[in-house]
Amino acid sequence: MPQFHDYFNDGPVKWTSKHLLGLEYLTAEEITLLLDQAVEFKRLAANGNSKLNLLKGVVVGNLFFEPSTRTRTSFGLAAKRLSADTVDFSPSGSSLSKGESFLDTARNLEAMGVTLMVVRHKTPGAPDFLSQRIEAGVLNAGDGTHEHPTQGLLDLMTMREQFGQMQGRTVALVGDIRHSRVARSNIWGLKKLGAHVIVCGPATLIPPEIEKLGVEVSHDLDDIIPRIDCINLLRIQFERQRGAFFPSIDEYAHLFGMNGQRLEQARKNIVILAPGPINRGVELTPDVADGEHSVILEQVSNGLAVRMASLYLLYRRQLELRGEQ
Amino acid sequence: MSSLLIKQGRIVDPVSRRDEVASLLIEDGVIVDVDSSRTDADRVIDATGKIVVPGLIDMRVSLREPGHKEDETIFSGTAAALAGGFTTIACMPDTDPPVDNRAAAEFVILQAERARHCRVVPIGAITKQLKGEELAEIGQLVEGGAAAFCDAKRPLANSEVMRRAFEYSKMMDRPLFHSPQVLELIAGGMMHEGYYSTLLGIPAMPSAAETIMIHRDITLAEMTGGRIHLMGMTTRQGVEQIRQARSRGVSVTADVTPHHLFFTDESMKSFDSKYKVFPPFRTESDIDALLAGLQDGTIDVICSDHQPFAEEKVICELDQTPFGVVGLETVLPACIIRLIQTGVLDWLALIEKLTINPAKILGIEAGTLTEGAIADITIIDAEREVTINPDQFLSKGKRTPFAGMKLSGKVQTVLVGGEVRYEAV
Repeated sequence: MPQFHDYFNDGPVKWTSKHLLGLEYLTAEEITLLLDQAVEFKRLAANGNSKLNLLKGVVVGNLFFEPSTRTRTSFGLAAKRLSADTVDFSPSGSSLSKGESFLDTARNLEAMGVTLMVVRHKTPGAPDFLSQRIEAGVLNAGDGTHEHPTQGLLDLMTMREQFGQMQGRTVALVGDIRHSRVARSNIWGLKKLGAHVIVCGPATLIPPEIEKLGVEVSHDLDDIIPRIDCINLLRIQFERQRGAFFPSIDEYAHLFGMNGQRLEQARKNIVILAPGPINRGVELTPDVADGEHSVILEQVSNGLAVRMASLYLLYRRQLELRGEQ
Repeated sequence: MSSLLIKQGRIVDPVSRRDEVASLLIEDGVIVDVDSSRTDADRVIDATGKIVVPGLIDMRVSLREPGHKEDETIFSGTAAALAGGFTTIACMPDTDPPVDNRAAAEFVILQAERARHCRVVPIGAITKQLKGEELAEIGQLVEGGAAAFCDAKRPLANSEVMRRAFEYSKMMDRPLFHSPQVLELIAGGMMHEGYYSTLLGIPAMPSAAETIMIHRDITLAEMTGGRIHLMGMTTRQGVEQIRQARSRGVSVTADVTPHHLFFTDESMKSFDSKYKVFPPFRTESDIDALLAGLQDGTIDVICSDHQPFAEEKVICELDQTPFGVVGLETVLPACIIRLIQTGVLDWLALIEKLTINPAKILGIEAGTLTEGAIADITIIDAEREVTINPDQFLSKGKRTPFAGMKLSGKVQTVLVGGEVRYEAV
């Protein structure tokens, strides 16, 4: 086991959460601690220490009640990097199709020794619901349109790498804010770390009273482009939309898509994020996605580190609550 | 001839505008003296320090039988009603099969008679199978005992059908009950649309969905001369529309539930399904308007909107669980805390909304303590503090937002037709 900075023991603050349900529930200090731990894991990996035995013997359950490729893979790999065993569960071909309830499924996995549960679910609050009824630590891997904390954290980690700190920076979240759990987690995280947040999208995709969260609302991307440090292009969630929220993909791309022309109006060092999977030509054009300002692939690598840090901190907190070291 | 004396209780009878201490004498199930000087009878109930009111009437209860006895039966639901102080309840037609024909209505009445708890008045469906398409056999339902018509909580979207329902039910002088919502605007919604739905990412229902439909219903009632009873008011704008329609002489009445006077959309932050109700909890400003509407009489009735569900339908994800909470056993203590102790309503006004007003809307002879009236009577210990423990409910449904809350008032004794049907232990 290589030497590493253990922020659980030696951090400036104490990590006290048993679950990771959303960034709404974390303080700025806790977010920073988790990001610092993620940076540390990333550094270790870069130095060739990609396999750590910190969670040896721990069973991590991946409960994905909604399709996911990257988050699921990322969590699975994060658990393996920490030497945990993993149990994968998805509804198709499982007992869910036989009518077993969400809670019973989780309790069964718990009986198999799962002590950390990664939960992706289409219903807002489903991880909260579970956390109140089982012993295992619950990691929200996206619940409906509520939160996606690890995505929020990896976005923050990626931005922090570029800017050093977020205080005073202006970040635009562009696109389908209404149906985006990534937007909500980003807003909480960015506000707590002191950034100015602009949400920008068609009026139909900006939910009511969002300005009460302390964000600026815009419907004009060209207007805000020159004054932002960072832009996070949210995916158009075709599967979450109840009806027609905008007239056509073409019109959306025309008004809110990031392209070379808009990039020329932006600051020289603008940073471009997209949580993916991206719809090329919709949220952003290929030249922008693959261009020098894009940190999209960096986000993916950071996602792994953030998920390792999340699993690690929750595991340590669990040991502490059980009175072990 | 059997006699029963309720001694020295505080009589609150809205019909005679009476609020004073007196003794009631009942003979053969009928009130024969409302200010009796007798001290003895076959049975004497000492009501000193208690409040004696006409048996409460709940206009909106779902009993789930036939079809979903795991949630509630007519036996368990009427037992819960008695425990809540109700001597008459009107039950929704959303059983399986629904009460959309005479035999179904008569079945409800028969089961209620077998249970021997409280009286049950069926509400018939407006449309066959509650589908909102073809009128149910309203005339024969009336003969089977249906007091009013309603498609339960399903908004009747088709204005043509609604218009004909008004015209048709008017022949029998029966009201239509409606849950006014524009379906397209609430599709998928689980809570009020506003700041908290934005925060939580929960699909939501805007107030406008209710306001628009109230306007339609009032307009059709005005056009046809029919009677509309609007169920479950939640919005400030809705209350105002009813107030205005009433002043124009439109035959419109409205009700509210106690829980909508307590909770707002903020409660959903807990993601707890005990706050998932339809229509949804709204804002403080809406609650203020509902209280004002109760005060000035715009809102005529308080009802439980009792929605019992078996445990397995309750312990699941927010979108998997149906809307609704039980209410029969909490209406009274909730109203005492929220309306009496705050001075929003006095006892006469509260009891009016729980007795004679629903009786008038349903067209039933009940809801008063005057001489000659059937002795449906509820005796209340209003000062007694109660902590709501759903495990003690007689209803099979246990989900309530009042769980664990300290409220005030306990039902002491309930008489139906002069017979003691419930006594608190």
